[in-house]
Amino acid sequence: MKPDLLAIVMQTALLLALAPFITGCIRNWKARLQNRRGPRTWQPYFDLAKFLRKDMVISEHASWVFSAAPYVVFVTALLVGLMVPLVTVSAPLSLFGGVLAVVGLLALGRFFLALGGLDPASTFGGMGSSREMTIAAIAEPALMLAIFTVAITVGSTDFSHMVAASQSSGWELLNPTRLMAFAALFIVLLAETGRIPIDNPATHLELTMIHEAMLLEYSGRYLALMEWGASIKQLVLMAILVNVFLPVGLAADGSVLALGLALALFLIKVFMLSAAVVLVETVNAKLRLFRVPDLLSAAFVLAAMALLSTFLFH
Amino acid sequence: MDLTPTTLLPLALAGYVLGSAMGLLFLRHEKLAGFFSFGCGTLAALCGAVACVMSLAADATNAAPLQLQLLPTLIPYVQFTVTLDPLSAFFGLIVSLLAFALSLFSIGYVRGFYGRKNVGVLGAFFNLMLLATTLVVMADNAFFFLMVWEIMALSAYCLVSFEHEKPETRSAGVLYFVMSHIGTGCIMLGFLLLFQASGGYGFAGFHALAGNADWLSSGSRNAAFLLFLVGFGIKAGIVPLHTWLPAAHPVAPSNVSAFMSSVLIKSGIYGLTRVFFYFLGNPPMWWGVTVLTIGTISAVLGVLYALMQHDLKRLLAYHSIENIGIILMGFGAALMFLHQDALHPSHPLLATLALIAGLYHTINHAVFKGLLFLGAGAVLHATHTRDMEQMGGLARRMPQTAFCFLIGAVAISALPPLNGFVSEWLTYQSLLQGFGTTDSLLRLMFPIGGALLALTSALAAACFVKAFGITFLAQPRSEPAAQAHEAPLTMLLGQGVLVAACVFLGLCPTLFLKVLDPLTQLLTGLQISQQLTLANGLVLSGVNQAGGTVSTLGIAVLGVALLCIPFALWLVFGQKTKTRIGPTWDCGLKGLTPRMEYTATGFSKPIRMIFKALFRPRREVQREYDFSPYFTTSIRFEAHVEEVFETRIYRPLQRQVLRLSRRMRALQAGSLQAYLIYIFITLLLLLLFAL
Repeated sequence: MKPDLLAIVMQTALLLALAPFITGCIRNWKARLQNRRGPRTWQPYFDLAKFLRKDMVISEHASWVFSAAPYVVFVTALLVGLMVPLVTVSAPLSLFGGVLAVVGLLALGRFFLALGGLDPASTFGGMGSSREMTIAAIAEPALMLAIFTVAITVGSTDFSHMVAASQSSGWELLNPTRLMAFAALFIVLLAETGRIPIDNPATHLELTMIHEAMLLEYSGRYLALMEWGASIKQLVLMAILVNVFLPVGLAADGSVLALGLALALFLIKVFMLSAAVVLVETVNAKLRLFRVPDLLSAAFVLAAMALLSTFLFH
Repeated sequence: MDLTPTTLLPLALAGYVLGSAMGLLFLRHEKLAGFFSFGCGTLAALCGAVACVMSLAADATNAAPLQLQLLPTLIPYVQFTVTLDPLSAFFGLIVSLLAFALSLFSIGYVRGFYGRKNVGVLGAFFNLMLLATTLVVMADNAFFFLMVWEIMALSAYCLVSFEHEKPETRSAGVLYFVMSHIGTGCIMLGFLLLFQASGGYGFAGFHALAGNADWLSSGSRNAAFLLFLVGFGIKAGIVPLHTWLPAAHPVAPSNVSAFMSSVLIKSGIYGLTRVFFYFLGNPPMWWGVTVLTIGTISAVLGVLYALMQHDLKRLLAYHSIENIGIILMGFGAALMFLHQDALHPSHPLLATLALIAGLYHTINHAVFKGLLFLGAGAVLHATHTRDMEQMGGLARRMPQTAFCFLIGAVAISALPPLNGFVSEWLTYQSLLQGFGTTDSLLRLMFPIGGALLALTSALAAACFVKAFGITFLAQPRSEPAAQAHEAPLTMLLGQGVLVAACVFLGLCPTLFLKVLDPLTQLLTGLQISQQLTLANGLVLSGVNQAGGTVSTLGIAVLGVALLCIPFALWLVFGQKTKTRIGPTWDCGLKGLTPRMEYTATGFSKPIRMIFKALFRPRREVQREYDFSPYFTTSIRFEAHVEEVFETRIYRPLQRQVLRLSRRMRALQAGSLQAYLIYIFITLLLLLLFAL
């Protein structure tokens, strides 16, 4: 009944260690696909270490909210990561919250991120905050409806139950309901992690940036926490997609063999999803801001169709 | 004297009367009036809150509810009695808790009126409103209920019109007055239908109707449902009956707007709960569907309009509409689950869960909306403006107020681990579990409702990033904002009480659910706090554990524990680093000015563009230039958002009413002979009718 302390520590360590690697992989592969050499896969680790050692410059207009934001962003990303199954069927903190808590905690992190963007009185920050909150608001119904579709068929909002329930089903994993819900969630993933065609993670100074605009005034340790938090959030959202829709090979018990196998399979699944993200980022151009709602309403319609199709396929 | 509800409740009522009298006594001595009038109110509210908590706790042991006769019966049918049953005690607790915090806040707040307005009058009417609202939720007789209901509405009208020298205030006051009386008319008709069926005006008699087969099949039951829905709905501010609310709440003094937005509209929710779950009996399916639909529409439209506001108090007022919608979503789902007919059994367990979700959100909204309005009051006190475009930078000048407002903002945006999240979690759970209760297409309402609830809370978060960010962060946008000072101690204490309530209701939901047990026992016959509690109260669960669990306390504790990771990183890497204060990067210009900051209107522009079919935004730009359009000498910018209900429904309706009354004027020519003929004809018609 009690959350297992060892599992919490292990999963926290896995999240902290793996998240920058996935970010690095995506950057590296994207560059290769575009015929560039690209940064090393390990570059994000060096970046983080460097940020942590640097002095900080804080804006003269900023208040305590600016300093609180990086901690909230980092901690909420970790908490969310502990509620989602990565390599074990039951997540260490599944008792403390399921889908609804995950969505709520992500929103809490975003809330403080946006406030941190507004605080230094820079126009870029305000612009980023405004766009981030808008896009999150229109992505949220699609996200919720897609997850509800799975939650309803399982009868639970708990990720561990969702994974456990769909683990025993064989080809049913490929039924149209789940495929459409997956497609909807994939679009939401692109929006939530700030990927092309919604936002461009590689930009640092242009009028179209969203996530980077809010980070402009952050430096040193705070920037490290923000970047790391964003990587962890990305990993967790990917884990939700791969483990809820393709729950193959998650460890049911704590034996070393099962855990090792599950970790290998999890990595393969995440790599496949990352490859898909790289492909989408390479073949698409960034959308104009006011075209983004169209894309996200397509996600909503997909999720609604998934919901309707539960009448046909169950 | 021992402390029991029997002694404390009369003490509380007497305290409000005394507070009112103090206000009138010291009409000419504003300092004494402010201190004694609101001081009495504070103490009375404290007594009331303790009485209600004790009564709820005692009810767990199935004691008979406390009954009091306030005045002797003078006319048959009219009895001045109050009954403190669990439902009354719960709403009484909401009223008293908020009355306590708001009266405390007012002691400091009314200093802003010294020398300008008569504080004694404010205190007298404020206490009268507290007294009437307390009695509204406790009256057990339709006549007495309607009397105190009217006193409540009229004292609120007087308070809305307190600053009557502004034309905006006067027209808002009149709109409130008219709408409120349309509502009272509907409620009266509803009670008359209940009287016809039960033969008395006592609430106990109405309750007995719920088991009466004749009544259950009669058409007047449906009529009563609709009348009460409209009557109480106007007070609660449901869409499309909400237009008075965003007009009236902002123009009142802040302590009054806080009370109106957090408690007064809850008297409508109290009425709906009392009628739907206590009087009317087994609900037909369409009742629940109607209430759920109205709730969802109110929630989404309320928050969308809130986003368009840049008047801080008006923005908060629109959020009340949103939250009333969320409460009604819970109630609507509960009515759908309670429905039973030959083919479908009812689902009392789920209905109880949905009802708890609605009631939990009722107290949550009262607490955080009160808190936010007090914060807005403190800001108004310091900057003398409600316009967010004039604010900014207040977090550095009023840090305590900023912290309290931030807590309220996080709570109302339904972010964990605070209280708004808990009640919305319960609402989501009841909606999701409801999917399995029926085979018809109606069950699609639950997940769609859930998705729209998600949209609502995401938009609310966007709105409060704007409200907090533009008001409190960055550079001050005007001179008064730059000169702002922290609020006095009593104002901070009033906010502190509500912050504590937000945190308690957020982190300890399982403790609070125990208090709701006697209430659900009364309304649905079930006590489910045991079923909702896991792991010694640490974890909150849906009706069954497999359906999902959440622990706000666990999230909070672990969140704090995880802070050791950034600390460890600092120990390893960053001990030698220094922190410098520097200017914000300004793209090479000569420094940033407040005019370059993002504005509230700019912040919500993407949403205005996305939902432009609803808002129909209009803007007008006029420039003047001397020799080239690139060198503008002056520019005027105006932007409008259309409020569909106002322009499409209320204005045409108003025009029709005025036209009709102009026609009717011909009848009233002022000639005595004509009037005598009217009387004669009326008598003749009545005689014919009687034959």
